[in-house]
Amino acid sequence: MNLILVAVIALGAIGLIAAVVLYVASKKFAVFEDPRIAQVASVLPQANCGGCGFPGCSGFAGACVKAADAGSLEGKLCPVGGAPVMEKVAAILGLEAVASEPMLAVVRCNGSCENRPRVVQYDGAISCRVAHSTSGGETLCSYGCLGCGDCVKACKFDAIRMNPETGLPEVDAEKCTACGACAKACPRSIIEIRPKGRIVKGEARRIWVGCVNKDKGAIAGKACAVSCIACGKCQKVCKKDAITIENNLAYIDPTKCIACGLCFNECPKHVIHASFSVPAPKPKVVKPVETTVASVDASQKSVAKEVPTVEKQQQQQ
Amino acid sequence: MKTFRIGGVHPAENKLSAGKPIVTAELPKVAVFPLSQHIGAPAVACVAKGDEVKVGTKIADAGGFVSAPIFSSVSGKVAKIDTVIDASGYRKPAIFINVVGDEWEESIDRSDTLVKDCDLEPKAIVEKIKNAGVVGMGGACFPTHVKLTPPPTAKPECVIVNAVECEPYLTADHQLMLEHPDEILVGVTLVMKAVNVNKGYIGIENNKPDAIKLMTEKAAQYPNIEIVPLKVKYPQGGEKQLIDAVIGRQVPAPPALPVSVGAILQNVGTMYAIYQAVQKNKPLFERVVTVTGKSLANPTNFLARMGTPMSQLIDACGGLPEDTGKVIGGGPMMGKALMNTEVPICKGSSGVLIMNQKEAKRAEAEPCIRCAKCVSACPMGLEPYLLANCSSMADWERDEKEDITSCIECGSCQFTCPSHRPLLDMIRLGKSTVMGIIRARNAKK
Amino acid sequence: MANKLIVSLSPHVHSGDSVQKNMYGVIIALIPALLVSLFVFGLGAAIVTITSIAACVLFEWAITKYILKREKCTITDGSAILTGLLLAFNLPSNLPLWIIIIGALVAIGVGKMTFGGLGCNPFNPALVGRIFLLISFPVQMTTWPTPGQLTSYTDAETMATPLSIMSRAIKDGNAEILNELPDSLSLFLGQSAGSLGEVSALALLLGFGWLLYKRIITWHIPVSILVTVFVLSGLMHIANPAFASPVYHLLTGGLMLGAIFMATDYVTSPMSHKGQLVYGISIGVLTVIIRSFGAYPEGMSFAIFIMNAFVPLINNYFKPKRFGEVAK
Repeated sequence: MNLILVAVIALGAIGLIAAVVLYVASKKFAVFEDPRIAQVASVLPQANCGGCGFPGCSGFAGACVKAADAGSLEGKLCPVGGAPVMEKVAAILGLEAVASEPMLAVVRCNGSCENRPRVVQYDGAISCRVAHSTSGGETLCSYGCLGCGDCVKACKFDAIRMNPETGLPEVDAEKCTACGACAKACPRSIIEIRPKGRIVKGEARRIWVGCVNKDKGAIAGKACAVSCIACGKCQKVCKKDAITIENNLAYIDPTKCIACGLCFNECPKHVIHASFSVPAPKPKVVKPVETTVASVDASQKSVAKEVPTVEKQQQQQ
Repeated sequence: MKTFRIGGVHPAENKLSAGKPIVTAELPKVAVFPLSQHIGAPAVACVAKGDEVKVGTKIADAGGFVSAPIFSSVSGKVAKIDTVIDASGYRKPAIFINVVGDEWEESIDRSDTLVKDCDLEPKAIVEKIKNAGVVGMGGACFPTHVKLTPPPTAKPECVIVNAVECEPYLTADHQLMLEHPDEILVGVTLVMKAVNVNKGYIGIENNKPDAIKLMTEKAAQYPNIEIVPLKVKYPQGGEKQLIDAVIGRQVPAPPALPVSVGAILQNVGTMYAIYQAVQKNKPLFERVVTVTGKSLANPTNFLARMGTPMSQLIDACGGLPEDTGKVIGGGPMMGKALMNTEVPICKGSSGVLIMNQKEAKRAEAEPCIRCAKCVSACPMGLEPYLLANCSSMADWERDEKEDITSCIECGSCQFTCPSHRPLLDMIRLGKSTVMGIIRARNAKK
Repeated sequence: MANKLIVSLSPHVHSGDSVQKNMYGVIIALIPALLVSLFVFGLGAAIVTITSIAACVLFEWAITKYILKREKCTITDGSAILTGLLLAFNLPSNLPLWIIIIGALVAIGVGKMTFGGLGCNPFNPALVGRIFLLISFPVQMTTWPTPGQLTSYTDAETMATPLSIMSRAIKDGNAEILNELPDSLSLFLGQSAGSLGEVSALALLLGFGWLLYKRIITWHIPVSILVTVFVLSGLMHIANPAFASPVYHLLTGGLMLGAIFMATDYVTSPMSHKGQLVYGISIGVLTVIIRSFGAYPEGMSFAIFIMNAFVPLINNYFKPKRFGEVAK
């Protein structure tokens, strides 16, 4: 009897003391946190990828609340959740979501073993950044993919994988959240985050230049079969002025590009990539049969005119 | 016998070309001069396609204070200004000169007479060195005039000449000392005068007894210059290690410079170049290069003009062996593996080392067994295993806390690692990242 | 050119050292002690050693292949052989086969492979095995056969070890009991009861010399342990003669074996020399305390085991002296 009593009292006393300590601690050390932060965080994906530019999802939630107090959610985007999540965030904060385009990581190198012959052998730590500081890479192209997979290691969504056949990374468009971790990890800035593109018949259409080689055409051409030699044909054929050529390299501005496919068909080195099957250029195949003498003359003249402009462009560079 | 106090390793010396006299290399057909041959801003070409140049004509101006001009080592016509794959493995701008004859600028004194006296003011000496394009010849290629212009608060006390040549295989400095001891000693007096100190040391490892003996004899007439024999240990040629070995002082962690403990460090090859620049009006356009390797028929020390492709020197040594696996610019511990043998000789090319396939291939890395051999070997008192680990986990903050910026990249850790781990690869990655973070932080302030 | 040039960052040469060389180096250093144990315990020693090594290698192979499913098998690096040998050295020569096999399974399976294999284990695997057996089979693990029974195995006659005599002396507070101890020379050469590897201090010191000569280990850990034990037990001996003299402490039990071979295990010892000294001194102090005041007569393995747990902390606090660092 006595034993039981002692046990009950002892346990009760311990419980009581603990309760008091806990109560005092919870009052004394309480930190006020805006309840909206927790609410916003609850609709975020909780991947803590940092793709938004803030340290983790709760950091992003805090930033959103702060931005909401300032009046607008502009510039705040969770690349993982995209527009639906941002709409929910905006609803919690009583604001309108700022529309943003869905984005995607794009690999701008096609230097597979076939296209880009290896001239030396790299024998160091399996890290692109180490390989990048070792030498120009295993090939004569000192701009292209090094193939050690830093981007794969950086991806938290398993959206980028090395293709063992080509030795190049491939992005899984379904899984990619455009968080930009791979683009940051790549020492050669081969990966670019671009808009997914115009949706036509259920597929997103985008076109990009699959090369980042800034060497002169002759050197780039020797290093890789599918390198941009800055011939300027794509720039000329583009009706939207979306293509610029700088430092011996063509670049397609995704905000201007309408994914018509003209440049894709024009590129002599097949450097331009498309996410869809671009229809073959019809007119060129059909025309020779129907053309009259006059029109042939005209087209020859136009060719004669074009040639010097190409040269001019090359000289300018 | 003196040596530095912390860490160090003993790689096999393999000084195959030791004692072989310096051979003057043939002139190349086309000489190639990369514009960035030194640490700092690249030089700016001051010739154009078609210009006629002579040996010793300036072809590129310094691109800033921490930079150095470049001089033609050949006479002929500028063929083009294009790009070439240099020792870094990347394409860099370079001047190409088609060689015609061998006509020298008249201002250069080509006689062999030793000119001991120099009436120039200290500033004038530094100016002359600067205008001759002299850079550190040990491999780092730091412009010499910058080193000879210490910050006004620093008080240099002595000049320490690095004649250690602790890299295995290389013998260029050794042979230079045997053939030109007087010129080197005059060079030392010039540097002492330029920085206004009256004590000079020349540190030589005792695997070169003939050089120690000769230099000690010759230095007898210079009471202020002391020859310091040193125990063989790598990396004695690291500037911090050499200061510790010779005068027993340790330079604090970066950004402190050697001059903070009163020492001005120079390579022995630089001494020779300084002598020629100041006393003979001869700018820096040729240097001694060791071309060596176990598989090479005839390892040789060459006096080669800058811009000579390495393949030409290799051919003169009996040609590139069939089983070549690696061509290294510099020594085996700190040199750079080259993409091809057409890389031209530059100001910092102390050697060309050929390795066969078997020597060249790294063994497969195994897990770290925490044997602490890298910690014992590190001459900077760092923990390489930890730094490499943090770098591979991208923990840059920890890297910084563990003093990764003190690493001198000597390679002792990776050399000694029984698990063959690429420690230095990862540490370099961490070091450059941390340096970038520190620079960005300082820029913000 | 047929071969492609190789590019990599410097250094381009290697010392030629390897994990294998180190492991086999330690194994070679253990050979004198093995020979002494064969000479003293005969057949039993041979059976225990062979069983332990074979079981360790077999378990490592099986776990790598069937549980971890790794392609590369690590049994050739010598670490499993070394664990087996060290485990055997910590066992009495009359231990039944099945207990040895359980010990090997615990050593390799629990002590090493659960943490990811060589290089990842926080505790010395052989010690994990030994301590597991010591706690699970206290009777079998603490009856040692009398030396000189060369042809007997589990049927060997047993006797008390010097350590249990020392322990008894302390408990009774009677210094007379210590007179039962064999003289120190026979302890040094190896004529007393005990585990396989601990009988001869001389053989172990020979191994220590080889390890130092081959630069496999540095002097810091063994010397700091031995000196600490000597000084501490010496002080206690002066204070109260019931505590055995420091020479006995050095020569008996697993002290030499532990200090030279178990505490210096690469994976589970600190990285900096400073840390190694702290580790060694702590092991020495713990050993003397456990030996003098603990329930078990032998404290070496527990001391090492406890300090293994502190190694990450030691690594964190005791850094090597940085170059140019000003002493504070």
